[in-house]
Parts: sequence; C-alpha cells; structure tokens
Amino acid sequence: MSAAARPIANTRSAAGLPTGRLAVWWVIASEVVIFGGLLASYIMGRLAHDVWADQAAHTNMWIGAFNTWVLLTSSLFAVLGHKAAEAGDGPKAARFIGLTMLGGVIFVIVKAFEWTGEIRHGFTITSSTFWSFYYTAAGLHALHVIAGVVIMGIIANDARKNLELHRVELIGIYWHFVDIVWIFLFPLLYIAK
Amino acid sequence: MIESLIPAASTYASDIDGVFTLIFVLVGFWFVLTEGILLWLILRFRKRDGVKAEYITGELKSEKRWITIPHLLVLVCDVFIIVGAVRVWYNVKQELPPAQEIVRVVGQQWAWSFDHPGPDGQLDTPDDIRTVDELHVESGKLIHFKLVSKDVLHSFSVPAFRLKQDVIPGREIIGWFEATRPGTYDIQCAEICGIGHALMPARVVVETPAQHAAWIASQRPLTLAAATPRVEE
Amino acid sequence: MAHAPVAHPEAHGAHHAEQSFWSKYVFSTDHKMIAMQYMFTGMFMALVGGFMAYAFRMQNGFPGMEVPGYGLVSPNEYNALVTNHGTIMIFWVAMPVLVAAFGNYLIPLMLGCDDMVFPRINRLSYQIFLLSAVVILASLFVQGGGFGGAWTAYPPLSAKAEYNLTGLGSTMWLVAVALEFVAFLLGGINFVTTAMNSRAPGMKMYDIPIVVWMIVVASILFMASVGQLIAGAVMLFMDQNVGTAFFDPDRGGDPILWQHLFWFFGHPEVYVVLLPAIGIVAEIITVFSRKKLFAYKTVLYTVVATGVLSFTVWAHHQFVAGIDPRMANIFTITTLLISVPIAEMMFVYIATLYGGSITLTTPMLWALGFIATFLLGGVTGIFLGASGSDIYLHDTYFVLAHFHYTFFPIAIIGTYAGVTYWYPKMFGRMLNETLGKIHFWGTFISFNCIFIPLFYTGMAGDHRRIWSYQLFPELLDLQDVRAFASIATVVMLAFQPIFIFNFFWSLRRGAVAGDNPWKANTLEWQAPSPPPHGNFAELPQVYRGPYEYSHPDRKEDYWPQNAPA
Repeated sequence: MSAAARPIANTRSAAGLPTGRLAVWWVIASEVVIFGGLLASYIMGRLAHDVWADQAAHTNMWIGAFNTWVLLTSSLFAVLGHKAAEAGDGPKAARFIGLTMLGGVIFVIVKAFEWTGEIRHGFTITSSTFWSFYYTAAGLHALHVIAGVVIMGIIANDARKNLELHRVELIGIYWHFVDIVWIFLFPLLYIAK
Repeated sequence: MIESLIPAASTYASDIDGVFTLIFVLVGFWFVLTEGILLWLILRFRKRDGVKAEYITGELKSEKRWITIPHLLVLVCDVFIIVGAVRVWYNVKQELPPAQEIVRVVGQQWAWSFDHPGPDGQLDTPDDIRTVDELHVESGKLIHFKLVSKDVLHSFSVPAFRLKQDVIPGREIIGWFEATRPGTYDIQCAEICGIGHALMPARVVVETPAQHAAWIASQRPLTLAAATPRVEE
Repeated sequence: MAHAPVAHPEAHGAHHAEQSFWSKYVFSTDHKMIAMQYMFTGMFMALVGGFMAYAFRMQNGFPGMEVPGYGLVSPNEYNALVTNHGTIMIFWVAMPVLVAAFGNYLIPLMLGCDDMVFPRINRLSYQIFLLSAVVILASLFVQGGGFGGAWTAYPPLSAKAEYNLTGLGSTMWLVAVALEFVAFLLGGINFVTTAMNSRAPGMKMYDIPIVVWMIVVASILFMASVGQLIAGAVMLFMDQNVGTAFFDPDRGGDPILWQHLFWFFGHPEVYVVLLPAIGIVAEIITVFSRKKLFAYKTVLYTVVATGVLSFTVWAHHQFVAGIDPRMANIFTITTLLISVPIAEMMFVYIATLYGGSITLTTPMLWALGFIATFLLGGVTGIFLGASGSDIYLHDTYFVLAHFHYTFFPIAIIGTYAGVTYWYPKMFGRMLNETLGKIHFWGTFISFNCIFIPLFYTGMAGDHRRIWSYQLFPELLDLQDVRAFASIATVVMLAFQPIFIFNFFWSLRRGAVAGDNPWKANTLEWQAPSPPPHGNFAELPQVYRGPYEYSHPDRKEDYWPQNAPA
C-alpha cells in the first residue's frame, strides 16, 4: 500500500475544512470526553470528601508550576513550528517540533522524579482515593504526552525532508489539547488544597 | 392489572398499580391506533397496475399537520403520565411518614437477615430479634426499614408490597411500607450479586397483632441479638 | 463542472494489478471489504450470542435440565451466559453490523466517492475490533469462567474477584469492551470526516440519504458519550487489578459513580444503534412504496433533538439505585419527553406509506416489521420511564421484554432489512424471495411469542438474571409461560439457518442482479453490482435529493440523484 494511493475522497472538502484537521478535532473531542469524565468524577469525589484535602496538601505545587511552564513553552515552539511549515520551511519546522518534543520529555522526566519522591513518602496509588485519582489522571495525561512526543518525532522526521508539512499543524493542535488538559489538572491536583 | 397477578398487600401497592393502569390505557390507545393505521396503509396502498404513487413531500403545512397534531397529543398524554407517576413516587420515596416500628434489613452474599426491635420496641438493644430469611411485621403498622449491605449491591424487593430499593454497601438507606393483609410474601433480590443471586429468597410474614406478639414471645435467646452477634468480616 | 474526476488516473495504475489473497481479503483498505469483515464478524458473534440465549433460556424454561449441546447450566454459568449474551449482542453484533458494516459500505457509495477519507485508519479500526472480539471470546474459557456481573458490571461485584469469583474473566471482559470502544472511536473519524467532506459535487446537505445522516449522528453521539465510560473503565480496571478504591465504599469510593458513568454512556448508546437501523428502514420504505420520504427535514431535526435529549435521561436506569429521590422526577420528565421525537419519527415513516404503491418484498417486510415491533418497544418504555411504576417494574422481565422489543428490531430486524436490501449491490445476485419470506415470518412470529409472555412474567414478579425461580412460591405458577418462551426461542433460532443458506447459496446461484434491481435513486445503485475498487467508473455529479420517487413530471417512477435534469 503506497502512501500516494490516496482516495479521491481525501481531496474533497465539501465542508470547507481540510480532512486532516477535521480528524484531529474529532480525536480531541473524544479525548475531552474521556478526561472530562475522569475529572468530573474527581471533582464530585473531592467535594464529597473533605478528607482528600489533607492528602492533596502533599502535592508539590512548585514542581507542578514548573511543569506547567515547560508545557506552555513547548506549545509556543509548536506554534512557531506551524508558522515555519506554513512558510514552506520544513527543516525549520522540524527544529521547532524538536524543541516541543524536548519540552515533553522534560515534563515526563520531572514527573518521574516527582512521583518517585511521593511514592517514597508512602503516597502510592492505593493509599487513598485522592492519590488514586491523582496518579490515574496525571498518568493518563503523561501517556498522552509520550504518545505526542513519539508522533512528533515521526512528523519532524518527514518535515525535515519537506514532506507532509500540513501535519505539523495537526500535531500542534493535539499538543495544545494536551496542554489544556494539564491546565485543568494543575489547579485541581496541585492548587486546590 | 398487576393486582390480578400478584396481590396488592401494602398501602401504596394499589397506587403503583394505578400508575401502571393509567399508562396502559393511554399508551395502549396510541399503540392500537398506530398499528391499526400502519396495517390499513399497507393494505390500502398495495401496488396496483396502472396506479402511480402520489408525490407528497410532507413539507406543506397541511401535510405537516398530520404529524404535528398527533405529536402534540402524545405530549399531552405524557404530561398526564408524568403527573400521575411523580405523585406516587413522591409519596413512596420522598416522603417518610412517622414510623411505628423500625427494622433493619441486611443483604449479603447470599442471604437476607433481619433485625427486629423485640419486646422493648427499640432497635439496637440486646433484646432485638435477629432472623435469617424471614421478616416478621404487624399488619397495619407503618414500618421503616433500614437497608444495609455487607458486601456488594443487592436490592430489597417485595413484589406484593410493590416495594423495591437497592442496597448499597457503606450506606444505610431508609424506606417505609405499611402492610395491609396478613400473609406470607416473597422477598427477592433485585440486583445481581454474584452466583447466589437466585439463591437468597426470603419471606415477609405479615401477622395480626396477636400473631405478632405471639411470635415475639416465642423467640428463644437463640435469636436474640445479644446471643447472635453479627460476624464482622 | 466540466467533467467528473475519474477514479483511477494512470498515476495509480500500478497498485491495482493482481492483489494477493492477503491484500484483497485480509489487509484490505477498501471500505467495502472492511464492511464485509465487520459484517461477517458481527454475524459470527450473533451466532455466539444466540447460542448463549438458547442455553440460558432452556435453563430458565426447564430448570435443571441438561441442555442439548450445552449440558447442565450452573448458577454461575447462567450469570456468565446472560452477561456475555447482552455484552456481545450490543458491542459485537449491533455496533459492528449497523454502524461499522453499513456505515463503511454505504457512506462512500451513497456520497458518490471512491473510499473513506482515511482507509488505513479504517483497517486499523477493524483490526482492533477483531482483537476485542478475540479477547471477549477468550474470557469465557479462562480459569473461573467468564464474567457474570451483568453487562452493566456494577461494582463492588465487578471490582473485586472475591465477590465475583471470576477474577481473570472480569478483567478480560473489561479490556475487550475498552478495545471495542477504541475501535469505534477510530472508525467514527472516518464516518464523520468522509460524510462532511467527501460528498459528490452538487450534493447539498439535504440531498444526503437519511441513513448516512443517521450513521454520522450516531458516530457523534458515540464519541460524545463513550469517553465517560472509558474513564470509568480505567478506574474499574485499576480497582480490579491495582487495588485502588474508586468504587469501594469501604475505602472512600462510591459504587454509584460507576452507575452514572456507565449510564451516561449507556443511554446514548441505545440511540447509537437505533439511528442506523431507522436510517435503513427509511431507505427501504421509500423505495418499496415509491414515495418521497415524508418531511425529510423534520426527520433530521427530530434525530438531532433525540440525540441531544438522549444525554439527559440516563438516571432512569437508577431510580431505585439509591440516588437522591428528588432527582428521579427530573429524569421522569426528560425520559417521557424523549418519547415525543421518537413517536414523531414513527409517524413520519407511517405517513410516507400514505398514497404509495407498496410492494411487499422481503426487505420491505423487514422494514415494516421494524416499525410494528419497535412501536411496542417504545410504548413499553413509558412504563419504565415513569418513576412511580418503575419502582415495581425495575429489574423484572418487563424491562427485558421492553428492551428486546427495541434491541431486536434494531439489531436483528434492522440488519436483515439492510442485508436483504443491499445484498444485490454487495454481491451482484438476488436473494431468493420465497426463502426470504419464510425466514421473515418464522422469525417475526416466533420473536413475538418469546417476548410477549415475558412482559407477562415480568408483571407477575419474575426478576432478571435469576437462574431458577424454584425458591419463590409466588412465581412457581409461571413456569409454563417461561417454558413457552423458551420453546419459541428454539423455534426462532431454528429459522435462522434458512437465511444463512439463502445467503450463501445465492452468492453463486442467485439471479444476476444488475446495477439497480430495485429501481432506487441513491448513488450506490448507480454503480455496478458489486462495485469495483474505486466504486464508480466516473464519479457522479448530483442534481437532486435522494427520494424523488413518482415525481409528477417524470414518466418513470424513480429519478436517480445523478441523472441530469
């Protein structure tokens, strides 16, 4: 199956939106519902159990804030990458995507240290329902960060050779979504004490 | 209609049966009418040689009316049903009339057990009568039941009373009933609870005041709470 | 438009040379082949689900008997049978056949294009689906047996192996369902983007056949609702395997949270499978009454309204579950209100028959049978949506009969309607009409003989998921009625081989169909039967809506969408 054998279906645009972008929005919409369900459950639980606040006091707001800054900065690089792709400069776009990936990797590494510390202190996934939600929500998010980094690697590799530049925008949209999920997680898990 | 299949043995049983009958009449009318029209149309408009079908878009007001009017009438019927159902629901589930006696109903894998107040009339005292499989109540007394579960979800269902309430571990749920006819009625578990779900039948024994007093008096220490502490897991 | 684009310009020539068995049948990215894969997998799973129904109905009707072909049905096997019957029928029969098979087959053809927008994602979605089917089947054979906590899987029963006694089976069940969800989310990408973007030139929004709209709306409903349950499934998986306590009340969790997450998805899900079925019915009744669909736009708005409302009714499954009783009133209102747009849709279909020229072909019998039976399903829902009567009817066979009068029309009648209607297009041959009619009447009559008695037993107190009623004195008299329903089940299952025979025999021996044996308007009938890779020799241009039958200005009583004015 060659990549060039795209159906005519792919070239039409009756709704006026490029199909790739429609598809990414569809994926994001489904993910919003998944995270929405998880976070709504957490919020309901948190409101019903004051005792969770005692547990939440042990999350490290500064690490959370640092990771927030890392993700936001990486999103900025994704935007710059998109601009470069639109201008047709594949190698430049690839470099910016590389920086975005770097942000994702730093995020995950920081999180690994953070969790190691918390686990050493006895805050494991089973030690209380607060921590169950904390690790599940942040863990699901981290899996999406890792998946995003992997996909960005593939797209950056193509972009370097000036191929499939339209995908730079698409992965950028996905990355902004990953960012926004974190923007919700951060106050819920770190700030609300 | 339901009363012809299962006796109505509580004060609210006939109210619930009444909701059923109300709905049956209203939807029954629409059901028969619609199926009848469907059948008539199929027969009336069978393909005939030389007869072409009509070209009807359904967009004209005069045509739309055939849908809009029935559809509004359905809505009106729905309102009647909502009012009827909500009234009964309110009486059974939202109101808690004052109790003349309180019992505890315990669901577990796989049996029902019951705590009765005993001669002193108070629950949670040493003379409580604890039974398995049989709940004894007096006819004409307003009973509160406190539902608890030891493990998974169960559901306390007494069809003759038209009573049903799920039991949730970690919570005590309170409901009420007032039995109207002496007799023995089935208790079923109405929430799948594992392999013994069909194997935890129980009975409600509704007694006259005299029978009930005799039953209480006949309970040996074996069934008194003080002698049969609950095994905590 | 000077000329329609040709499906296969020379640049693509090379890869349409001889395809190996593997690339043509197994690893195909052609939407029609993927549709067949979903359809055959779904039909196979229907045999599995049907066999399960046979086994538990025999136990229910004749308690303690050695069921021929199965043996003795123990209490835990009974629970596993009813659980997996329900789960398989919804997720591995109704969804793949109605949404994925018909969606995949019809959408590109009816829109006049050559394939889905993302053929490789399409293939991937089937592969994940197939994996999920393997996992659910495997779950039945592991130590401890298959999961037996009902398709609703309420915790704590479903969360702890010490309660359900099927530790591995429970986890595999959950993983299979989650994989199925992922497969359908992926599939949805194709349906929605293709429908939005790949319409033939000249095809406006209101020229799209209703069944395509229905499948698209169904995909959107699915996408908007399944995420909650995926979140719930992640939490349940963790409770089962990692020792978290999301749903464990002893450690601060809440079993009712699962119920809300489940039913918030579960209710829209029934509309996800309903919509394609009623779309199929619309296509069939217009063709076989030679009439334009009555009030097309009304149908559309009704569908969207139903879709939106479907998110507001979920807790009618939880009236007696221990929710705040005040909430119940809100859900009674929303649930009864949703009956209004559905009633409207039924009225519109019936109105479409008025003034028609009706031929009772096999597909038309199935389509009319759908309307007749779904009506009963719909009206019996009212008894359950009204909180006051639901107190008594919840968890009885009344509920079961209600949802079989909705699900059976959807999943079985709708499927037979669609398959008998599009078979000529899919395979280039006609099915045998006599066999088709025998199959229809045998199935239709026996279906009613199974479930009308079950309304009765439900009213008389039979609760669901009960292995045997022998321990309940009030219910002993009903055994004859249960036995009757069980015999009717065997009869109904016995009629199905007629269809299977007809299906396979006609592949080689059926009359050659030609492009448009039914003289229909929609674009798939303007392609060859079966359509080749790429579908159309010349991609069509559209000039009108899909239901211009018996137009007064035309001599012919049909007017294909792509015929120039």
